[in-house]
Formats: sequence, C-alpha cells, structure tokens
Amino acid sequence: MISRRNFCKKAMLFIGGVAVPVAGLEIFNPQRLLAEKQDPAKVRWVFLVDTRKCVGCGFCVRACKLENEIPYDANVSRTWVERYVVTRDGKVHTDSPKAARDGFTTKAIDQAGKGMLEIRDEDITKAFFVPKLCNQCENPPCVQVCPVGATYQTPDGVVLVDRTWCIGCGYCVMGCPYGVRFFHPVYKAAEKCNFCYHRISKGMKSACVEACPFGARTIGNIKDPEDPVTRIIMTERVAVLKEEYGTKPQVFYLGMSKEVK
Amino acid sequence: MVHGEVWTAKELFVYPNEYIYWTIQIVMYPFMTGLVAGAFVLSSLYHVFGVKQLKEIARFSLVFSFALLPVAMMPLLLHLQFPFRGIEVMMTPHFTSAIAAFGIVFTTYGMIVAAELWFVYRKYFVETALELRQLTGRSVTQQFRYVLYSVLTLGAWDISEQALEKDERAVKLLAGTGIPVACFLHGYAGFIFGSVKANALWMTPLMPVIFICSAVVSGIALCIVTYIATMEIRKALHAWKQKSSPALPLLDEMKSAELQVVTMTARYLVMFLILAITLELLDLIFRGYTAVKSWDILRSVIYGKDFVNIFVIQYGMGNLIPFFLLLLPRLTIRRAVAGTLLVLLGVFMMRWNVVIGGQAFSSSFSGFMHYHLPIWPDNLETFKEGLFGALLVAITPFVLFWGLNKVIPVFPVKDTH
Amino acid sequence: MSHVWRPLFVALAVVATILCMRLVLVPDDFGIHEQGYMYGWHRKGNETDWKNIKVKYRTTAYCINCHKDKYLDIKDSPHAAIMCENCHGPALGHPQDPRTLEINRSRQLCVRCHFKLPYPNSARGGIKGINPATHHPEAECVLCHYPHNPLRAAVRKEAKR
Repeated sequence: MISRRNFCKKAMLFIGGVAVPVAGLEIFNPQRLLAEKQDPAKVRWVFLVDTRKCVGCGFCVRACKLENEIPYDANVSRTWVERYVVTRDGKVHTDSPKAARDGFTTKAIDQAGKGMLEIRDEDITKAFFVPKLCNQCENPPCVQVCPVGATYQTPDGVVLVDRTWCIGCGYCVMGCPYGVRFFHPVYKAAEKCNFCYHRISKGMKSACVEACPFGARTIGNIKDPEDPVTRIIMTERVAVLKEEYGTKPQVFYLGMSKEVK
Repeated sequence: MVHGEVWTAKELFVYPNEYIYWTIQIVMYPFMTGLVAGAFVLSSLYHVFGVKQLKEIARFSLVFSFALLPVAMMPLLLHLQFPFRGIEVMMTPHFTSAIAAFGIVFTTYGMIVAAELWFVYRKYFVETALELRQLTGRSVTQQFRYVLYSVLTLGAWDISEQALEKDERAVKLLAGTGIPVACFLHGYAGFIFGSVKANALWMTPLMPVIFICSAVVSGIALCIVTYIATMEIRKALHAWKQKSSPALPLLDEMKSAELQVVTMTARYLVMFLILAITLELLDLIFRGYTAVKSWDILRSVIYGKDFVNIFVIQYGMGNLIPFFLLLLPRLTIRRAVAGTLLVLLGVFMMRWNVVIGGQAFSSSFSGFMHYHLPIWPDNLETFKEGLFGALLVAITPFVLFWGLNKVIPVFPVKDTH
Repeated sequence: MSHVWRPLFVALAVVATILCMRLVLVPDDFGIHEQGYMYGWHRKGNETDWKNIKVKYRTTAYCINCHKDKYLDIKDSPHAAIMCENCHGPALGHPQDPRTLEINRSRQLCVRCHFKLPYPNSARGGIKGINPATHHPEAECVLCHYPHNPLRAAVRKEAKR
C-alpha cells in the first residue's frame, strides 16, 4: 500500500522530473537551433548616402527626432550629420553640434571642451558633410553582445530593440563601433536608428529620407534588382564605414573621403 | 539629461551619442569578482595543494570568498538601467554575449563555494544543533538557532570518523573543481572587455589572463589585510575582556596574526603580481610595436591623459613599491599591511584604467572623454554610479562577513577541520 | 546514499526552480526566429510593436489633398524639394487640430541652408547664402522672400524700387 506521504513525495519527484527537461528544452530546442538562415526574405533594407549632395541643413536630424520621439533637447540622436573641414596644414577638423539638429550656422568648429575654433576661409582646402545613422550591419556586434535577447535582427535586416526586455547593461552601446546606440532619456532602454521601421514596413520611406531636400539620403531594398538604390550600389563605387570591424555595414556612401571616421 | 551626460566631459570630436556609459560600478565589478576568485584560489592552495602553512588563512579566505560572492553581483545590478529585469539573464540567456554566461557561472561558482563551506562546517552544524537540542526550555534565539542549524545540516547528522573523512575528500574535490570555475568566473569578466572589438584599448586576447592574475593578486592581498585586521581586533577585544575577568587565558596564548602565515601568503602574492605585470607590459609593448590604426589615440591616452593613473599610481605605487615592501627580508606585519593595501590600490587602479581609460577616447579616434566621478549624490543615478554607490559595494562584503561569522565562526574555539 | 550528495540535491533544486520560473516569466513568442540564435533570439511580438508606432511625417503627397494651391505655388520653385513638414512640422493630427502645425518664420530655419559656408567640395558652397549677422539682422526673412517661391520674392523687391 502506498502511503499518502510517499505518494506526495513520488508525485513531486515525477512532476519535477518532467518539468525540468521540458523547461530545459525550452532553451535549446534542437529543431529551432538547426533552423539556419535559409534566406526566405524578399526584402533587405539598405541605405545610400550621397555625401556630395549633403549641405548640412540638418532637416534629417530634426525629422528623425520628432518622428521617433527622441526628446528634442536631449543631447542624443538616432542620426546626425558631421562636418569635416580640412585645412591647408593637413589638419582635419570635425564637429556635429547638437548632432546638427539645427544645421551648421557658424563657420567655427565646435571642439566641445576646447571651445570654438575659427578657421579662415582661405585656409580651407576641403570641406564637406557626412550624415551618419545605424548601419543595420549584416553581422551586428550590438546584437551579438546582448545578454538577454532584447535586441535582434529582423528578417528584412533591420536591428530593433525590445524596450520591454532590455535590462540596460549598455554592452550594446559599448559594442557598436559607430556610436549609434544610446539610452533613451525617457524609456531608459537602449535606443538606436531602425530606418523608421514603422514607416518602411508600411511602404513609406524613412523620415530622414523624406526630409532631405537634396536627395542625399535614400533607402532601398537590395534584394530588388530594379530598385534605384540597388542599381547605384551595384554599379557605382560605394564605400562603407569601418569595414575592418567585420560588421558588414549596410549603409553605403557615395563620395566618401579618407578623413571620414 | 541623458544617461552619462552628468559625468562626461567631451573634448574635440566625439560622436554625439558617446558618453562614459560604464562608470565606477563597472570598475567595482571586476574588482570585486577578482577578490572573490583570488580569495578562493588562496583557500584552495591549502585544500588542494596541501600548502600546510596556509591552513590558518584557508578557512578564513573561504568564508570571505563566500561573503564577497553576492557583492560581485551588486555593482552590476546597481549599474543596470532596469535592475529588476536582471533575472532575464537567467531566463532568456543569449550565450553569444559574454555577459549571458554570468548567471550560470556565478550560480555554479556560488554553489561550489557553498557546498565546500557546508562540508567544512558540517561537523560544527551537527554539534551545535545537538547541543541546542539537549537544552530544555530554549529561549527564542536558541530556538531560532536550533532550527537554523538543523536546517543547515541538511539532515546529515552522521559525524562518525568515516563520514568526516568523506567530507574531507569532498572538500578537496570541490576546491579542485572550484579553481577553474573561479578562474573562469573572473577570466570571463576579462573576456567581457577583451571581446569588445569596438574598443581599441580593451580588445586583446590577453585581457582574461591579465584579469585572472590581477584577481588572484587582489584576492590574496585582501585576505592578508582582513586576516591581520581581524586578528588584531580579536586580540584587542580579548585584552579588553581580560581586564574585567582575569580568569581568561593570557594574551600570548591567543593566536595572533602569525607572521609566518603572512610571509608565506605574501610570497604567493608577489608571484602572481610578477605574472600580472609581465602580461600587462607585454600587451603595452605589443601595441606600441605593431602600432595599428588606433595606436595614435591610445598613445595619447596612455602616455598623456592617463599617465599619472597608469604609471604613477598603478605601476609605481600599486606594483613597484609593494614589490619591494613585501620582498625585502624581515617582513613585519606593519610592512605587510602597507604593501598589501598598496597592492589593492594598484589592482583597483588597473580596473579603473581599463574601464574608464577604455572610454577616455571616442571611437571616432579624434576626441576624448573625461570622467568626473559624482561625489555628492543629487539623484538616484548619481548615487548608484557615484562615490557612495561604490562605497556601498565596498563595505557590504565586510558586513556580510561579520554576519556569516555569527553563523559559521571563522575562528572557532573548537577546531573543525 | 551517502550524505555527501546532499548539497547536490540542493543545487538541483535551485536549477529546477530557475527552469520552472522560466516557464512562467518568459513570453510565449520568445525564441529563435528567422535570423538564428545569434541574431534572431527575441520576442517575436516586438516586431509588431515597432510596426505599430504612429507615423508622424505624412509627406507632401498627403498635404496636397487639401492644400493643392500651396503645392502648385512651390512645385516650380527652387524650394520644390523641401517637404511641407520640414517648415510646418509633422502633420500627424493636423486636419483634426490645425493649430498643431506651426508656421516657422524664424531666421534659424532659413540659415540651415542659406548661411554662406565657403566649402568648395560640398553642395553647400553652391547655395546662395548670406551672413545672417550682416544681412538685415533685424528682419524676418519672409518679409522680403516668399518662402514657397523665393524667385517671386525677388521680383516683388524689384517692383518696390
């Protein structure tokens, strides 16, 4: 005869014995682990920046901040524009005051703690603007280092952050060689450019692309050979940023210069 | 204000979103785990390798390692933007991230130390519980202690010779497995930094090894200091008690901080210290020799902005001076304290120079960031990631040690094994 | 069984607790998705969360619906490429509450492009520009220049003379 005490004991053991492997399998579902990328996606978003067309008006930054609800006065931004001024002595001066939210309305270079640097017009040998945004890397280091799976790559190649799951460790911020990540001042979670995922998934273009009056920013689908952006990337000489990190960035640049960091 | 803006001062061109995101708590994190790992390795030297001279300090450092354990997690929790989501590291671990292993390594290690402690103290638990059981009419505290010790025995009441022998073997085995786990726990803290390819200063495969060596150094150093301090305090307390009741044994009979133990331990410390410095210098020389793209900015940080921190405080005060202090013949307790305290400072500065120094330059390689440690907290953020948050982390292990000592006396009257 | 195994049971109990907590705490749609474990370990529902965010900038195509006159005004001018919302703010909620939109007459807006910067390799160097410190600092630009068609503004100025 089985006593009640014994029955309870055995039942607990059994439940525990079943629950543990079931719960264990939850983490390592072999089938899911095997599910390799078979590349079923028909869309892979890429970005094309023509630095020769950029005039540094900063409308893109403004539009981005308003569209994506990044507090307007906070000193962080999903996208920004850099100014490069090369002088006769070979020095490169770079700045991006307030992420170029209000454009570049002074000739002086903002050197942060070192104050403003006035440069005489005749000393300038080369000067241009470079818009920056998330590269939506093919091998995103920020996703690799997220300890909890709060950031991930969508099947169409965009890297997103789950604000309800991010623990805010900052490892992704450290892992990004491009410095595009930051903590959202309101939501506190890690934040980054996502090509305006809510727009592109509705067939619209990113806010910065719409806001650019000069056509310096364009977005396209590299899987579609008819896409004008794809055509340019396929046929013209384009560059990417910091290729040496092996991130396979998907923001392509026309008119790139060696000074660009 | 954006997270990080309060304590970051930028210079020249820094990307707009770059701030010093990893601050004092991330300095404390490898420092504290280092102490944990070091203390454990020290105790294992006795249990596994049978270094008899370390018997006295071995049990002490094992308990201390256990007291330090929760504190290794504390800085991380204080640093997180969402501390209450920290459990997700265990819930949905993403093992491609070095941090994800934390939950598992940490729990494994914690359980090993706890199990080892259990075996070491099992006899004590059983004896105390049996003693309390005999008492009739237990007071509330006695009842509580009785229940506590009964639970702590885990139902294993057998303290026969054979059973105790088994315990001894289990301790040895656990101490043996504990060493690689402790090294892993800390080496992987080094891996967290060493694998960040976006950071030119951090990215080196030597990082985990350097971290382990300096961890052992700091762990041993802290054990020596705490050991001496506790011994001295006990001596003082005893002397004070003796005044009121002269029946107590004489002061000389009381175990004092044995110079023999300290000298022996200090040897091991110096050994690991040499190893750590060698690796660090190798890393530095290699960087300068290969001079890849990032070297220009690294050089201006290492030899310029952080020169005092690295060469004067870390290498000079933290390594060179204690090296002589500990190695010169006729070591005294006072000199040992000074030497080990300086070693602790040196290891702390090494962590500081890695964590803060690694963020002292922009990933644009054309600008710098300066870190101003928030002293007086004016909100939760500046408390958590400021001086007081760090002090809180630094004090906790001693409080825990004191509490643990109430349950499992490190210096028992009766000798356990 | 020897008492030596007791701590192991405790350890196993801890592991079991953690695994059971997982069953409760982890959302159902959390798992390895299309991009594999390395890049696709996430909560699937979050993709929809992001897609559901409201679009604020509706673009010129949307503005034309009601403001055809303004569109015709600007479409042949050098400002044709500037979308309405760059100067008037995002159109979200505009038809319901017209006051959400602004009419930005500030000089700061115009100097984004028209502050003269002598940058030879940049398109900025080719844009007609002024130095706002010396070019009628007291006046709003729109007093002389008609923003929807700056060419027409020049004509108006000539007529005044």
